[in-house]
Amino acid sequence: MATEELMESKNKLRAPVSQKPLKIEKPTDLTTIGGTVSVEINEKKVVVPLGTTILEACKQNGISIPTLCHHEDLCVAGVCRICVVEIEGMRTLQASCAFPITSPIKIKTSTPMVRKARRHIIDLMLSEHYGECYSCFRNGKCELQALAKEYGVDNLTFGHIDKPKYEIDNSSFSVVRDMNKCVLCKRCVRTCIDLQEVGVLEAIDRGSKTHISTFMNKPLADVICINCGQCINRCPTSALRANDPSDRIWAAIDDPKKHVVIQTAPSPRAAIGEEFGLPAGTSMTREMNTALRRIGFDKVFDTNFTADLTIIEEGTELITRLYKALVKKQDVALPQFTSCSPGWVKFLEHYYPEYIENLSTAKSPQQMFGALIKTFYSEKNGIDPADIISVAVMPCSAKKFECNRPEMHASGFKDVDFGLTTRELARMIKEAGINLPEMPKSDFDSPFGEASGAGLIFGATGGVMEAAIRSVVEFVLGKKTEDIFANANIIPLRGFEGIKYMEIPIGDHVGPVPAILKHLIQDWNWLKGATLKVAVAHGTANAKKIMDDIKTGGKFSECHFIEFMACPGGCLGGGGQPIPTTPEIRQKRAQAIYSEDESLEIRKSHDNPHVRRIYEEFLTEGPSGQLSHKLLHTHYVKRGSYIA
Amino acid sequence: MMNQEKKDRKGTVLFSKYARGEAIKKALSQTREDILFELRESKLKGRGGAGFPTATKWTIVAAATSKTKYVICNADEGEPGTFKDRVLLLEYPELVLDGMVVAGYTIGAENGIIYLRGEYEYMKKSLEDYLHEMRKDKLLGREILNKTNFNFDITIRMGSGAYVCGEETALIESLEGNRGEARNRPPYPVSTGLLGAPTVVNNVETLASISHIVTKGGLWFKKYGTDKSTGSKLFSVSGDCEKPGVYELPWGTRISEMLEIVGAKNTKAVQVGGASGTCIPKSGFNRILAYEDAATGGSIMIFNESRNMLHVLKNFMEFFVEESCGQCTPCRIGNVKLLEGIELLEQGKCTFSYLNQLKELGKTMQIASKCGLGQSSPNSFISILDNFKEEIFDGNGGTYGK
Repeated sequence: MATEELMESKNKLRAPVSQKPLKIEKPTDLTTIGGTVSVEINEKKVVVPLGTTILEACKQNGISIPTLCHHEDLCVAGVCRICVVEIEGMRTLQASCAFPITSPIKIKTSTPMVRKARRHIIDLMLSEHYGECYSCFRNGKCELQALAKEYGVDNLTFGHIDKPKYEIDNSSFSVVRDMNKCVLCKRCVRTCIDLQEVGVLEAIDRGSKTHISTFMNKPLADVICINCGQCINRCPTSALRANDPSDRIWAAIDDPKKHVVIQTAPSPRAAIGEEFGLPAGTSMTREMNTALRRIGFDKVFDTNFTADLTIIEEGTELITRLYKALVKKQDVALPQFTSCSPGWVKFLEHYYPEYIENLSTAKSPQQMFGALIKTFYSEKNGIDPADIISVAVMPCSAKKFECNRPEMHASGFKDVDFGLTTRELARMIKEAGINLPEMPKSDFDSPFGEASGAGLIFGATGGVMEAAIRSVVEFVLGKKTEDIFANANIIPLRGFEGIKYMEIPIGDHVGPVPAILKHLIQDWNWLKGATLKVAVAHGTANAKKIMDDIKTGGKFSECHFIEFMACPGGCLGGGGQPIPTTPEIRQKRAQAIYSEDESLEIRKSHDNPHVRRIYEEFLTEGPSGQLSHKLLHTHYVKRGSYIA
Repeated sequence: MMNQEKKDRKGTVLFSKYARGEAIKKALSQTREDILFELRESKLKGRGGAGFPTATKWTIVAAATSKTKYVICNADEGEPGTFKDRVLLLEYPELVLDGMVVAGYTIGAENGIIYLRGEYEYMKKSLEDYLHEMRKDKLLGREILNKTNFNFDITIRMGSGAYVCGEETALIESLEGNRGEARNRPPYPVSTGLLGAPTVVNNVETLASISHIVTKGGLWFKKYGTDKSTGSKLFSVSGDCEKPGVYELPWGTRISEMLEIVGAKNTKAVQVGGASGTCIPKSGFNRILAYEDAATGGSIMIFNESRNMLHVLKNFMEFFVEESCGQCTPCRIGNVKLLEGIELLEQGKCTFSYLNQLKELGKTMQIASKCGLGQSSPNSFISILDNFKEEIFDGNGGTYGK
């Protein structure tokens, strides 16, 4: 009886209760009595809202407390114990990250007891942490190292492990796991279970044998990891990192026979400055172009160009689907889902394989570019595609997996040879002796040239949808987007709310069908009076909410087009971006992207003259034509939750 | 089951006369406040070892407004050297289960759960039979003893052998189907327990004591024991003695008295409170067993002159290295370091300065670990090294460890 009840309610819980945020009912109006509590921190009286953690209270009052397992994006764990403080009247020290203030306590943050405990804890971690700092890619950016330095823990009191305990798992194209560096802060576990709701990583075994592992201890490539790399972004040490191809890229650059080209996505340029000590949100687009050329890349292209192309192809696909559904009354899969985010694509393939038809068949901008480089570009320039090495700098670890998908050989070669993360590129730039912020500015190379602002905002959550709507509105209504949305900024689709929803009524006035779509439809009359419903989700936990709603026939099942991004914040929060990541940092990267968009002359994908040219010169059958289907579209795999 | 043979156990409180269902009948004729009053009067403290006042725990949960509440009987008797709950559950289930029903009535819970130690699988059947009998006699189920609006039932859930699951929040995690790992406190189970509901978690013996308190009153209970440790206690006595077993003795009994009762000779040391307790040398045998002096959840291990204390300690530390849940740093790695220190001692390679560092580490573990496991695991390390220096060290910087 009770057992069944337990099990039933258990199914609704995704994560262990201990890992959920603390449930403290806060009065909504904090000015009322009881809404705040007065505490003493280091003999200074402060007033904080009820339920504030000690850590938060200290932070608000300029008192720094070291943390390791704590992360702003994640729920409380309280396991590393580095943040312990003394509370008057309590026998034991308390983890400040996990202690909600509900009574007028007296807190001391730097007593001899506290300092000794912190030193001991750091020393213990170091004793089990294999390897030396100088042989580690996180050297200088490691939170454990920083703590050891801060607390003067430099003589390995409790010894140091001299043999690795675990084999390094580099089975995955995207994520490498080296558990010898793990300090068991469980940030990756909380990222995977709570933040992304994928649930690939968990602690297994107990006592001194405890370690983080996968289902049945399988290699990462053989479990349902979606390669989003969010765990990498939150790992304090180098236990998790991306699968780095830079050595092979260097080799290609150094090989005179190889023509090495690189395409750069919108998000890396908004974040790479952070790797060079610049504040978050400093755009480095043109400086990066110069740096890439100096490193030795033969051509530097802008992925935003194929983002524009994606809008045309994916938009055409949407219109075709709607036409089939509304006019021809055919059974087509709607809503259409975006397919730019390879993490999201794999997530759907594993968790909702029955919705595979809803995924747009349009490739992601990276893969479209790859296919064009080894066909259109190689033909035009008389370069044998076999000699082209195509690199893509992406904010993403899943892009490494994507370019290795067997479907991605439309050109007859591997369309994109290497996916490189922002972090890895920054290292290559440094290795080449280049200080990025000092670089003179330069433009992208032709023949693809510049791209529109619509392609640029792909980097932020809601960006793909905004770009699509900027075009669709003009195609269908025959009006300027600016006439409907001030400055062509579609504000309801911006911001970091988990799920965004928007309706666009078409009304009774439709425009003429633009030339680019004439081969598909005659007029827009069939859309008169309709309302276009779109939604945006970022982070797979939010994606899951929408998918479950669609499954039960809820509000989102009536949508026509939904943008999904696997990572919180969209690509700018991707698993290949500079570490650390916080909501504030992601906010600033988004600002950088949106303000660059506003500074551009061309801000709609269909206005991009280079896009028009490619349909005139190369993809002559137009969007969704035969050649575009061969090169720019793909298919997916129903993977399911179990891998044999 | 009903005819489970009882040994002729002697005791003034727990093993005193008790008729099945008596406490439930008495409780249902009273108000919740009356029961809480008696409980407060009795000054009963938790028998699991931590000694939290039971009345306080119950009062908080009783006052909670939540519709769903739970009563959990902690029968995960895992402390090395403890086996008294086994006796209660096998021979005196009426005391424990009636205590749970009284708890349900007092705090307003409808669900009781016995979290039974994995190794006690063999008693599951007899307990279930007993629950069945209770339901037949309306001592369990809907409208117990025809009291309107009082429904209460008990289910048995099995543990899987992790020591840490005896810690109440880890126990709750385990019940929810998660890894057995202690939660952050606060919030405490009394406000946020099983599935987020206010929950009372009581040791088997605490619940058994309650059945007596409800029947005979708090004043009667208080007559036994000391002022700060009222009533009596079941002690699981093992080791070098003639009559090991479970004894009921009032709190305040001297260790030397107990040694006499159980027929221990040439005793060198007594480990009070299991592996996580303290080791008391001969000079401390006049200490009393009580919360205020030598506290214990019931485990008494006796070592005579033939025992090597370093080996005893090593055994304890090996236990903790394996049984730490592994989530917090001080406990997961700290216990390993303490064990490694013992191994160095055995080899005669442990310097005094390193040993002192390890003792300091032990003190950090006592205050910085997340739960009671890591907070108490260095106890025996510190007490054995302090109390048996002469045995362990030869005075020349080496050890007699081997």
